[in-house]
This record gives sequence, structure tokens and C-alpha cells, in this order.
Amino acid sequence: MDKKNVKGFLEFVYDFYKSMKAHEITLVYEGEITHQITKAFTSLTESNMAKEEESNTVQKKVFHVMVECLQNISKHADSFGSDDFLFAGRGIFMVSKADAEYHVTTGNVIENSKIDELTKILDHINTLDKEGLKELYKTQMREGRLSEKGGAGLGFIDIARKTGRKLNYHFLPIDDETHFFILTSTISRNE
Amino acid sequence: METIKIMGTDDTPTVILDAENDIFEISGRSLPEDVTAFYDPILNWLDEYAANSNPKTIFTFKLVYFNTASSKLLLDILMKFEEMRENGLDVLIKWYYPEDDEDMQEAGEEYADIVDVPFEQVSYTHS
Repeated sequence: MDKKNVKGFLEFVYDFYKSMKAHEITLVYEGEITHQITKAFTSLTESNMAKEEESNTVQKKVFHVMVECLQNISKHADSFGSDDFLFAGRGIFMVSKADAEYHVTTGNVIENSKIDELTKILDHINTLDKEGLKELYKTQMREGRLSEKGGAGLGFIDIARKTGRKLNYHFLPIDDETHFFILTSTISRNE
Repeated sequence: METIKIMGTDDTPTVILDAENDIFEISGRSLPEDVTAFYDPILNWLDEYAANSNPKTIFTFKLVYFNTASSKLLLDILMKFEEMRENGLDVLIKWYYPEDDEDMQEAGEEYADIVDVPFEQVSYTHS
């Protein structure tokens, strides 16, 4: 790096740090989500929450949501463009902690052809109340089959049940073939 | 019959399937990297056991956490007991949950709704 680039890079690092602080992000990761990563992130967040004497209920909810979000990426994320070095199963994963709540945010690439079906599933979940979600979970557990990658089709339902909120999601266009799928799950700290 | 004893880890539960000593238990945490690979031997063992079971089987679930993929496999296990019961065998499920864990209690109630097997809910205090 020449001098100008070094300066640009240092500024980037500092800006990145500041913006993490501003958004109260305690953990951020971009890359492949493996089982090891899932274990590391959940245990890191668990020990942080224990240190801060978060209630058992909140700790368990955050743990549940993190695991399901991470597994969603590892099982469903599509690859970005056709570049060889970028593979499927990758995405961005963030945990942030505000005064009243935790946010778990995931972002990953999705092929346009899958958007309709995913939207249908998410919107359907969002029409349901507590009882409806419970029934859907039971039906899906009974009738659903495990996919090749070990998905049971239960993750989103579980996130909606554990958070007690609607699934908050967006699709941002990347190119003609793909969108970026962002899901933010919020867990209230006052439970 | 062969006994299965699997020591739990931070992502897999402790499993004891011991027909000789009447101990049947799954406890701890369940989020295995490959749920099918983990639970298949257990399901196969139960098939074999069902063909030549003890007069009464009390099966203990004492889980503190399981992910959604595991929840599907736990249902598969419970379905085996439903089959055993349909064949006239005496089966009881004991579902343990930490007293402050409503979600785990509710999970037990949901399974009890889905499968036709006697279910006993038991709450316990954290040690």
C-alpha cells in the first residue's frame, strides 16, 4: 500500500469501528457459516450475556434465534455472481445490543427464482398469531421432511415464536439474477 | 441387546439406551452438525428394541436446548413409541424441563399433543 492507500485504509478501519459503535454491534462476521462458526458465535454471545447477567429466558431466546439464523445461511445462501472464489453458504451475520433489545441480523445472496416462494413462506408466518404459529410448527414437524442439507423448514417459524414478533425482512437488488436477503430478528431484554 | 452410551458434548446430547438396566434417556443439548447421522443409530436401536422390549419402558427426555432440525428427529423417536404402544406395549415418556423454561415445557406439551403416548411432565430446579 502506498501512503495515500494506507491513510484511506486507516480511515476505513476507524470509520468501521465508529459505525459499529453507533449501531451497538457486538459481533459481525462475513464469510462461510460452518458448524464450528455457529458453535463459536453462540458460545461467545452466551458468555457475554452471562457476564451481563441477562435473564435465562433472554439468553435462551437469543441462542435459539442465533442458531436458526446461522443455519439458514449455511443451508440456503446462494453464491454471489459466478466468481469461483465466492461460494454458497456465506453471508453476513451481526448481533447488536441496545438498551431494551438484542438484534440478530443476517444477510445473504438469494437467486431471484427463489424469492417468490420465500416471500410466500415469510408472509404466511407473519399472518399468524401465537396459536397459529404453534399449529404450523406442529404440522411442519409432522409432515415436513428433512432436506438433504438437514433443514426441517422450521427455522423461520421458530424465530417468529421465540421473538414474539413479525419476521422483518427485505430484498435488495444485486444484479439481474440475484438479490440480497436481509432478516432482522429482535429479542426484547425485558422478559 | 447392545447398549448405547453416548457422552454429551456442547452440541450433542447424552444418550443412554440400556435395556438390561431399564435406562432410556436423552439429555443435554442437541444441535448436531448432521442430525440424521446422529439420530439414525438411535432410531435403528429403537426398532430393534421394539421387536423384543421390556414389559414397561420409561423413556426420559431431559433436554436443555434443541434446534429445529433436532425437534423433527425427536418427533421421529416419539413416533417409534407410538408404534410400540399401538402394538400393545407399555410405554411412558417423562419430559423434564427446567422450572423457569416455559419454552421447553411447551415443547413437551406439543409433542404430547402430536403423538399418542402417555406423557408425564416433570419440572426441576437448576443445580
